[in-house]
Amino acid sequence: MVAGFAPALHPRGERVQVKYCIQSHTIYQITVFVTQHATLPAPPFPVLRQSAKRSGMDYVAHDLACARGDRTVIAGVSFQLGSGQALILRGPNGSGKTTLLRCLAGLTPAVHGTTSFTPDDVAYAAHADGLKAQMSVTETLQFWATVFGAADVTPAIEGFALAPLLSRRIHTLSAGQKRRLSLSRLVLTGRPLWALDEPTVSLDVQAVAQFGAAVTAHLATGGAAIIATHIDLGLPDAAQLDIAPFRATPQTDTDPFLDEALQ
Amino acid sequence: MIALLRRDLMLAIRAGGGFGLGLAFFLILCVLVPFGVGPAPATLAKIAPGILWVGALLACLLSLDRIFQLDAEDGTLDLLATSPLPLEGIASVKALAHWLTTGLPLTLAAAPLGLLLNLPPQATPWLVAGLALGTPALSVIGTFGAALTVGLKRGGLLISLLVLPLYMPTLLFGAEAARRGAEGLDATTPLLLMAGITAAAIALMPFASAAALRMNLR
Repeated sequence: MVAGFAPALHPRGERVQVKYCIQSHTIYQITVFVTQHATLPAPPFPVLRQSAKRSGMDYVAHDLACARGDRTVIAGVSFQLGSGQALILRGPNGSGKTTLLRCLAGLTPAVHGTTSFTPDDVAYAAHADGLKAQMSVTETLQFWATVFGAADVTPAIEGFALAPLLSRRIHTLSAGQKRRLSLSRLVLTGRPLWALDEPTVSLDVQAVAQFGAAVTAHLATGGAAIIATHIDLGLPDAAQLDIAPFRATPQTDTDPFLDEALQ
Repeated sequence: MIALLRRDLMLAIRAGGGFGLGLAFFLILCVLVPFGVGPAPATLAKIAPGILWVGALLACLLSLDRIFQLDAEDGTLDLLATSPLPLEGIASVKALAHWLTTGLPLTLAAAPLGLLLNLPPQATPWLVAGLALGTPALSVIGTFGAALTVGLKRGGLLISLLVLPLYMPTLLFGAEAARRGAEGLDATTPLLLMAGITAAAIALMPFASAAALRMNLR
């Protein structure tokens, strides 16, 4: 677990958490943290790391073109997203939602266009859960917390109701439970802009509502979210962007040799 | 980084396969070769350094495709790539984890297994030193091969083809050091040359691996 706690950054501490925090050896360390700050007033929603709270920041993408492999899939996408806002990406299958999100997350460089934010601002959640069957829920949370430098995993556990699952190995979890664990990683990243690709796959109605609440809480702390989804997440204020019209026209053969090589 | 290393080691041990496979292969090879060669201790002593080195190299090769493939299949690689860890660091840690689970056990097992092959006692220190210096190069070069083939469904064969030529210098110098040791000659020169190759591979290969990963993530 991360050593050295910065009290100012983590104003959390409800006594209730202590109950389930003692369940296993590793979680015990979190208990220590919680009791240290047990006197601090609890905020009404899970608080992200301070770095995430950049209120007033706008996330602008201008004339973005993104490629998958060597093929430009979408072009001319522009959007502006204030902190505290969510943007729902709509479009039929294969219209480029995933490509756009991967591009925003920095996995594929943009072919054209600019963004006002860097991939380091973006927390990306893909179709795949990215979980290891042999690891326990606690170990997974701890791993990602260490990677992203988050000192406290409590918001992730609370936001996605993972407390009863902490000591379980991931191969014993259901698909929906895995999905919840996977999404809880977003909270640990402490990054302001969430880029989510079909986040509600295999979640039940209650978990979808839970997820909607987690997104709302993230937006309330000054974050933003771009979500590709087909269902209603209970985010009434979210803007919608249909990306079907931005589909790139098939490219003309710029390099016949490259084309030949690919075939 | 340390968290990633710890996670990789934990997965290697819990998943079984990757950790034991190389070592088991090495053991089986060293047990079977004397049966194949027949009751000729002199012949065996002569070929022992080469057999041990080839065995260690092939054992290393066995688990290479697991380095990135498993993470790529379940989406972890995408998540790691978007994390604050640099890809170069991820590649280095993966190589280190591969060495700790493959190269290091092979090095430790080589001395007792040398007995099975009638390796002359004076060659054992040179063999162990050679493996200790050479197997890190096998791991980092192998990581590069794994990074190149990460998107392919059955990349194992391709990795072998890509990586084996790059393994040649290490194999040549390593086996030469052990052979000289067996004959009671000084084997410092081939060892130093091999250490040089290892140092260069450790310095350069993580960058090549990271570049290959970036290409494959697109």
